[in-house]
Amino acid sequence: MSQEIAFTLNGNETKVAIQDHWTLLHLLREELGLLGTKEGCGSGECGACTVIVNGDAVNSCLYLAAEVNGKKVLTIEGLATADGTLHPIQQSFVDNGAIQCGFCSPGMIMSAKALLDENPNAKLEDIKHALAGNLCRCTGYVQIFNAVKLASGYRYDAVKVVAWQSKDDS
Amino acid sequence: MQEFTAVGKRIPKLDAADKAAGRIQYIQDIKLPGMLYGKILYSKYPHARIVNVDTSKAKKLSGVRAVLTGEDIPVIKLGVYKDNTPLKTGKVRSYRDEVAAVAATDPEIAQEALSLIEVTYKALPAVFDPEKAMKEDAPLVHERHKTNILKMPWKLHYGDVEAAKKKAAHVVEDRFSTTWVTHCCMGTSGAVAEFDHTNNLTIYTNTQIPSLAQKDFLDTLKAMGLQDRRVRVVKPCLGGGFGSKLDTYAYENIAILLAYNTRKPVKIVFDRREEFIATSTRQPTITYISQGCDKKGNLLFRDISMILDNGAYTSWGATTPSVMMMPITTLYRVPNVRYEAKCVYTNNTYSQAMRGYGNPQATFAIESTMDMLAEAAGIDPVKFRRINANKPGDVSPQNFRITTCGLDECIDEVKKKLETQGPKEEGIGMGIASLIHVGGGARVYKSDGCGTILKMDDFAKVNVFTGASDMGQGADTVIAQIVAEELGLHMEDINVIHTDTDVCPWDVGAHASRTTFVAGNSALGAARKIKSRILEMAARQLETSAGELILRDRKILSKTHPDKQMDIGKLLRTVHFSHGGQMLMAEHFYDPANENLGRDFRGNLSMTYTFGTHGVRVKVDEETGKVKILKYVAAHDVGKAINPMLLEGQVYGGVMMGIGYALTEQVILEKGENMNPNFRDYKILTAKDVPIIEAPVRETADKEGPFGAKGIGEPGCVPTAPAIANAIYDAVGVRIKDLPITPERVLAAIREKKGLDHCGVELGKGGAEECIIEE
Ligand code: FES
Ligand code: FES
Repeated sequence: MSQEIAFTLNGNETKVAIQDHWTLLHLLREELGLLGTKEGCGSGECGACTVIVNGDAVNSCLYLAAEVNGKKVLTIEGLATADGTLHPIQQSFVDNGAIQCGFCSPGMIMSAKALLDENPNAKLEDIKHALAGNLCRCTGYVQIFNAVKLASGYRYDAVKVVAWQSKDDS
Repeated sequence: MQEFTAVGKRIPKLDAADKAAGRIQYIQDIKLPGMLYGKILYSKYPHARIVNVDTSKAKKLSGVRAVLTGEDIPVIKLGVYKDNTPLKTGKVRSYRDEVAAVAATDPEIAQEALSLIEVTYKALPAVFDPEKAMKEDAPLVHERHKTNILKMPWKLHYGDVEAAKKKAAHVVEDRFSTTWVTHCCMGTSGAVAEFDHTNNLTIYTNTQIPSLAQKDFLDTLKAMGLQDRRVRVVKPCLGGGFGSKLDTYAYENIAILLAYNTRKPVKIVFDRREEFIATSTRQPTITYISQGCDKKGNLLFRDISMILDNGAYTSWGATTPSVMMMPITTLYRVPNVRYEAKCVYTNNTYSQAMRGYGNPQATFAIESTMDMLAEAAGIDPVKFRRINANKPGDVSPQNFRITTCGLDECIDEVKKKLETQGPKEEGIGMGIASLIHVGGGARVYKSDGCGTILKMDDFAKVNVFTGASDMGQGADTVIAQIVAEELGLHMEDINVIHTDTDVCPWDVGAHASRTTFVAGNSALGAARKIKSRILEMAARQLETSAGELILRDRKILSKTHPDKQMDIGKLLRTVHFSHGGQMLMAEHFYDPANENLGRDFRGNLSMTYTFGTHGVRVKVDEETGKVKILKYVAAHDVGKAINPMLLEGQVYGGVMMGIGYALTEQVILEKGENMNPNFRDYKILTAKDVPIIEAPVRETADKEGPFGAKGIGEPGCVPTAPAIANAIYDAVGVRIKDLPITPERVLAAIREKKGLDHCGVELGKGGAEECIIEE
């Protein structure tokens, strides 16, 4: 069965004919060509497909496309400003080594955005909680936490690990 | 101290901005005009004869363009042992065996077509336990091989272990085991294959070995009767590597066969379930180890025999014992060493290379028994390791020449950072474990080389074509830093291309933590050639000698006459647009002077070795067996941190992977069948599981490394499991010898120690058969 839906996608009014069984992930990637949102599992277990619908971070691989009718959808492509300036969270991920292979990054950044929109002073525990559904195999998460903290209103001192000198090479 | 402008800086990864913006192309994102979608049908049995495959219904499905079985394709042999084929004929040997493949206009149609293929099997007796598989009467996985034990020569004996055993004041002996774990790259495997009109192949594929993959695919083409064709391997951005992409696979060959058959580009991308089921694991091992020392705690011998579950086919992973030899012969000073390993065919999934390449399995047994031996000798475990630590200038029994070595300092640093004041708290313990790993390449192949081509334009911008593979670890950035440093340029001036065998030079692959060292030295060599030409040309322009000049901040500067200076770009334009013009290009192939292991496995495998010590403080809940990590310290001697931020990322990521290996990760195979092919049941660690991790680095400035650097890609996950096992022992007095260290195992050991049965009831008091141990 197909139907037409209308929703706001990254600030643009969008009308599109969809099949009832399509997921939002399918709609974004396969029909609309927005490839920034990733599929890591297709079953709600990894968070790579996270987008923001009406302010909430959702797994777009489980979210039916039909459900976004009348809603606001924000994907990773909609974060940077029109002139290409990265969103502060994106920039913080870049600057703080939070991105290695990058496959988890779009989803991770969207989850972080949903968190900081709701709680600009998120503490480490809040961040861990908000990102618990976003798996990353490369970074060990540490630098991701730092990146989110540095992008938030929360003042935080980054632990800069520096080389230590032994007595004999002073 | 030399002052650096690019090296040693916390510079963001070159492609991080594009990745943050969602603009990078992974294999999932590649779509070519007219592209078809391939899907693979896997075996329904762990071991069975293929009696018949009926593809007629599948072929009739609208949208299906090709259906292939083993009978439809030429003989193509895969793997180091050439014991695997893209599509099986005759019999299947594991659940992941590829039986048929489909190409269709749409992935759903391809999937539906698979369900229309009818395969008749005749089940065969199977074997899943490598120790059983070694027995005479075990079912043979490969009849032609006549035995399930691979004919691989993993056996060494240096010194005299038997004599040392007699002399030893203290000896410990035990059995350790590790199980299947898998890479869990967040981006799943995939390939897109395409032939041009004259049958040259372009394959976009997730690989860590573009040059060796190119050779493998040339062999495939040859087997297909396509002589003298060209193969171009294009590497999209990789969604993780960790060793999973060190081989070529059946699915890549299937994509090639389907593309050839349909004359269309064919894409195969795994879904997550397939990724769990049909990609390879780390080798499970059974290790029998004994170590002994004299009264003062000096190690006298180490004696190890090991059995590895190879699974049904043989990948590079079967050569992990050659790498295990490194910690076995050279982690700490040990004069007498004996080692033997048997890789054994079973009807399980076949195992492969994974970060650490055998080192974590070997180090688990070695470092667990180091603590046991320290206890037997009545020496503090930290001190025991200091007594036996390697030193610069050592030559190990395997002829590994230790140049720089910061192991002493790593041990001390970890101790300092972990120690707490006050009396020992109940249920809390500390453990440490060290590591050695190749840090200056590893000559496991005939060449350990890497090539670089540098090309400068008129505006002093540089294109660096490197053989290195970036898979997220930051090879691109480190290479750019090295080139920027050497040429006095800014990071923005350097573009690194590492994705295409048509333009990038040869490299043996992203393995053995070798990229920073080998590709870095290669890039440095090319940059030096360019630099000397710039200086020469500038000397002429500035009427001075080349030795007078340095490159800095995009300029050529005189050391003594500050007024004598020139933009590098301007110089390049002047030289280009003059009579007999020149442009700057350079190539350099660096092949380190490390040695292949000889027949007795002696040889200096690497130009330098990376050392490190990990320490951990844990809290064990005696009621549930749960282990909580309170603090983790991973100290490494890295030579020089070219990019401390990326380096920390390697360590944090490695440590978290290592903690997963120690505590939670396990591919559960029941009679060869994967019972947990999803992230709900296969537990990699999440954000909630991250403990406090500190990653101090010691810089010993290795003279062979680029700007002193050694490799650090793998070490982070090497000694994690034994450090944790040792901490658990310190906390509650039980030694867990099998990975992963689940709460059930810890609890069972605690109860056994207390003289209780597995339900926590005093032995002999019975009546508790029904108890449930909660996870
Ligand atoms: S792809 Fe949606 S949660 Fe993994
Ligand atoms: S950066 Fe690779 S999975 Fe997170």
